[in-house]
Amino acid sequence: MPLLDVRDLTVEFPTRRGTLRALDRVSFSIESGEILGVVGESGAGKSLTGAAIVGLLERPGRIASGEIRLDGQRIDNLAPEPLRRIRGRRIGTIFQDPLTTLNPLYTIGRQLTETMQTHMRLTDAEARRKAIGWLDRVGIPAAAQRIDAYPHEFSGGQRQRVVIALALCAEPALVIADEPTTALDVSIQAQIITLLKNLTRDHGTAVMLVTHDMGVIAETADRVAVMYAGRIVEIGPVAAVIRQPAHPYTDGLMASIPSLEHRVDRLRQIDGAMPRLDAIPAGCRFHPRCPRVFARCHKEQPELLPAGATNAACWLHANG
Amino acid sequence: MMLARAWNSDLAYSFRTSPVAVASAAIALVLIIAAAFAPLLAPHDPMDVASLSLLDSFKPPVGMADADWSNPLGTDNQGRDVLSAIMYGMRISLLVGLLSVLFAIVVGVAIGLLAGYAGGVIDSILMRIADVQLTFPSILTALLVDGVITAALPRTMREALQIYVIIFAIGISLWPNFARTVRGSTLVERNKDYVLAARVIGVPSWRIMLNHVLPNVIGPVMVIGTLGLGLAIIAEATLSFLGVGLPPTQPSLGTLIRFGDDFLFSGEWWVSVFPGLALILMVLAINLLGDWLRDALNPRLR
Amino acid sequence: MAEKAILEAVAVSHLFDVSRPFLQRAFTREPRRMLRAVDDVSFVIAPGTTFALVGESGCGKSTIARLAVGLYAPSGGDILFEGEALSNARAQPALRRRMNMIFQDPYASLNPRWRVSDIVAEPIRAFRLANRPNEVRGRVGALLAQVGLTVRDGEKYPHEFSGGQRQRISIARALSSEPDFLVCDEPTSALDVSVQAQILNLMRDLQKRLGLTYLFISHNLAVVRHMADWLGVMYLGRIVEQGPAEDIFRRPRHPYTRLLLDAIPDLEQVGRARTPVGGELPSPIAPPPGCAFHPRCPLANERCRVEKPAHVMAGDVQVACHAVEEGRDG
Repeated sequence: MPLLDVRDLTVEFPTRRGTLRALDRVSFSIESGEILGVVGESGAGKSLTGAAIVGLLERPGRIASGEIRLDGQRIDNLAPEPLRRIRGRRIGTIFQDPLTTLNPLYTIGRQLTETMQTHMRLTDAEARRKAIGWLDRVGIPAAAQRIDAYPHEFSGGQRQRVVIALALCAEPALVIADEPTTALDVSIQAQIITLLKNLTRDHGTAVMLVTHDMGVIAETADRVAVMYAGRIVEIGPVAAVIRQPAHPYTDGLMASIPSLEHRVDRLRQIDGAMPRLDAIPAGCRFHPRCPRVFARCHKEQPELLPAGATNAACWLHANG
Repeated sequence: MMLARAWNSDLAYSFRTSPVAVASAAIALVLIIAAAFAPLLAPHDPMDVASLSLLDSFKPPVGMADADWSNPLGTDNQGRDVLSAIMYGMRISLLVGLLSVLFAIVVGVAIGLLAGYAGGVIDSILMRIADVQLTFPSILTALLVDGVITAALPRTMREALQIYVIIFAIGISLWPNFARTVRGSTLVERNKDYVLAARVIGVPSWRIMLNHVLPNVIGPVMVIGTLGLGLAIIAEATLSFLGVGLPPTQPSLGTLIRFGDDFLFSGEWWVSVFPGLALILMVLAINLLGDWLRDALNPRLR
Repeated sequence: MAEKAILEAVAVSHLFDVSRPFLQRAFTREPRRMLRAVDDVSFVIAPGTTFALVGESGCGKSTIARLAVGLYAPSGGDILFEGEALSNARAQPALRRRMNMIFQDPYASLNPRWRVSDIVAEPIRAFRLANRPNEVRGRVGALLAQVGLTVRDGEKYPHEFSGGQRQRISIARALSSEPDFLVCDEPTSALDVSVQAQILNLMRDLQKRLGLTYLFISHNLAVVRHMADWLGVMYLGRIVEQGPAEDIFRRPRHPYTRLLLDAIPDLEQVGRARTPVGGELPSPIAPPPGCAFHPRCPLANERCRVEKPAHVMAGDVQVACHAVEEGRDG
C-alpha cells in the first residue's frame, strides 16, 4: 500500500461566470521514502494539488470529487480539527517564501519546540535538545546559540533551512515542498536541495516536490508527474521521462530547456500558451499546440496509458 | 456594447450583489435629485419672502393635530415650508461639499504626485506640512482658515464671497488625506518598469506623472473622495451651525438646524430635527457608498 | 574586440545612498551609509553581438543595466555610447533613440491603463518617428506582427495577455524607437520554460534580422550560454571573469564561476549526488576585505583576505583571482 494515494482528485472553483475545473481527475501515489517531482507551467495545477492534499485550498476552491488516502485513511473528507492534527503530525509543508511560514514574533526555538510538543510527548528540555539537533542537522552554524534568535536575524537561505527543520521536526511521513528553492540564489539552491534529499532519505520520508525547474527534479526526484492544464499528462521514473518522454508536451518541454552542455542555434519551442481554465479545449487539452495531433485528439480526452517506461495521457500510445 | 461591458464588469457585479451599496446609492440618488431640482420639485419657494405669512408659522408636520399636506414637514417661525427649505438647503450643502472635495483633490493629488515622484527633500518638506496639519482636527483648520480670510475681507464683500471662502477653507482642511494616499501609491508606481521604460526613451517627468502615474493612483482617490464628501458636508454644516458659515440668505442644512435649535425645547422640534435627519441620511448614504467602493476596489489593489 | 564599440564601460562604479531619510539623520547625527553596487567595472560591447552579465541577486548586474541606458549616472568612471559620453549621447534624441530596454517583469513593465497600441506607439510619438495617426498605426501593426502578435491585439489592454505575450509587447515597444542597442534585464526569468524558448528564439531572430546589439542580464547560466557571445561573471559588484562565452563555459577559471556552473541542476545529470559549496552571499553593504569571494573560496589564502585581486589575462579571458594569477588553480 502506498503512503499517499490520490485517486481522481477534482478541484473546482465556483465563480459567477460558471464553475472552473482547476484539477481534473488527478491520480498518483507516493511510497514511503520516495520523492515524487511534480512539474508544470504556472497555472497547470501543481501547487493546487499540494494545497488540496493538506486541506489548504483557498476559498471558494473545493474538492468536487475523488479521494486522498494517507496510509489507507481518507483525509479529503475530514473535519478541520482532525485534518489540522494530521497536517502537523503526519504531513510537513515547505513553501516558497520562508517568511510566510515563520512567525516573526517568536524565536525559531520556540516555533520548533511548540511544533514538536503539539504532536509528540516531550518535556521542555527534551524538546529544546531536539530543536538544537534539528538546527544542527539543517546546517545552521552554532545551533545552540542561534536557537533563541528571531527569523529576521537569519539570511534567506538560512531561513529556508529553518523552515525545513520546522517541517521535519515532528517526523512526518510525508513532506509537501512547494517551490522550496525558487526564491533562492543558485548557489544556495543546491545546498537546500541536497539537504532536503539527504534528510528525507535518512528518515524514510515521502516527498512531493512541486517545482517548475526540471533541473531540480532531475537531480532530486525518483519519479516525476508532468501536469498540463489541470491534468497529469505523463508520470514515470525521472530518467525515462527526461530521456524518452512519451507525451508530446513533455517532449517539447524538455527540448525547450536550454542546455549548459552544448549550444544550439534555435531552441525547440511549443507555440502558443497553456489554455486558461475558462477556455479548456475539447478532447486532449494539448491538441491545439501539439505537433503530432490527429483526428481523435480533437474529440476524446485521453487517460493515462502505459507508454514505454512511463505512463502518458496521449492517443499516440492507445495501442500499447 | 459599452453598457453591456460596464454591466458585466467586476465593479458592477460587486455593486449588484451588495444590498447596502444598492440601497445607499438609491437614497443618495433620491436626495441628489431632490436637491438638484429643488426649484422644480419643491412645493414652495422658501426664498420668496413675499409668499411667507406669519399666520402659517409653526404648523406641525403631517401626523400631528392642525397639520395639512400643503406643508408635509411643517413650517418654521416665519411660516416657511420646512420640506422646501430642506431641499434648497441640501442643494447648497451638496454644492459646497462637492466643490470643496474637488478643490482638495486637485491640491492633494498634485502635491502627492510631486512629493512621491520627486522624493528627497521636496517630499520630506511637503509631507511634514501635511503631518502637521493632520495633527489638528480638520474642522479646526477650516474654522481657522475661514476666520482669517473673513477678517481680511472688506465688510461689504463678505456675504458675496462667503461661499467661496467656505469651499476654500474646507478644501484646505481635507487636502492632506489625498496627498498622503497619492504619495504612497506614487512611490510604488514610480519604481515600476513601465515608468522606467518611459524614462529610458526620455519622456519628461511631468508627462510621466500625468500620463503614466496619475491614471494608476486615481482609484484610491475616488474612495477617499467619496468619504471626504461626507466629511465636507458635515464640516460645512458645523461651520454654519456655529454661525461662521454661509449667510442666512443662502441657508444650508447646517443653517436650518441652527435656526430650528432655538425652538427645539419650546415644542416646535420639527424645525430643527428634519434638516438634521436629512443631513444624517445624506452623509450616511455617501459614507456607505464610499465603504463599499473601498472594499470593492481592494482585492484588485492587492 | 577590435571593432568600434557600441557601448564601453571604463572603470565604472556606482554607489547607492542607503542611509535613512535626512530629517531622521539630522536628529540622530548619523553619517550617510553607502552601498557600493558596482565597483570598478570595465567592458566593451561590439556591435551586433550579445554581451551577457551573469550573477546572483545583489551582484550589481541590474544596476549595470540601468547605468547602460542612463537611468542612473555612474558615481565613478565613464560609460561611452559610440565613443561619446552617455550623458551627452542621451541629450541628443537621435542617439537616445538608438538605445532601449526590455524588462524582467511582464506584469509591471506595461502600463495597465494603456492600450497595447498606445504602449507600443509611445517611443514612436516621443521621437516623432511618424506624425500622422495612420502612419503611427501602420508602424505599430508592423511591430506587433514582427513579434508574433496581430494588429487587433493593439486594441486590447495588457491584462488580457499571458506573460509570454506581454513580453512580446515589451519587445515591440523596445523596437519601436528603431534602436541598435537593447539592454535586456532578465527578460525571461519570469516566464515558463516553453514560453522562455519562444522569447529567446524571437530575440535571436530579431538580432540576426535587425543587427541588434544586446546587453543581456541573467542569473540563469543555461540561458546565458544560449544567448551570449561575450560573457561577464559578477560577484558583489565586480566582474570576476569575462571573455568569449565559449572559452569560459569550456574552461571556467575563477572559483566563483566554477561554483556557479557546478551548482546548476542539470537535466543531463539525473540523480547526481554532490557536495555543494557552502556559505552565504555576504551583504554588499559590508563586503569582505580583499577578494570579496574569499570566505567561500576553496583556494583562498592569506593574500586573498587582504588584497583585492587585479584583472589579469588568461588567454582571451580576463580573471580577477590571485589563485589564477599565481597558477594555484590547478
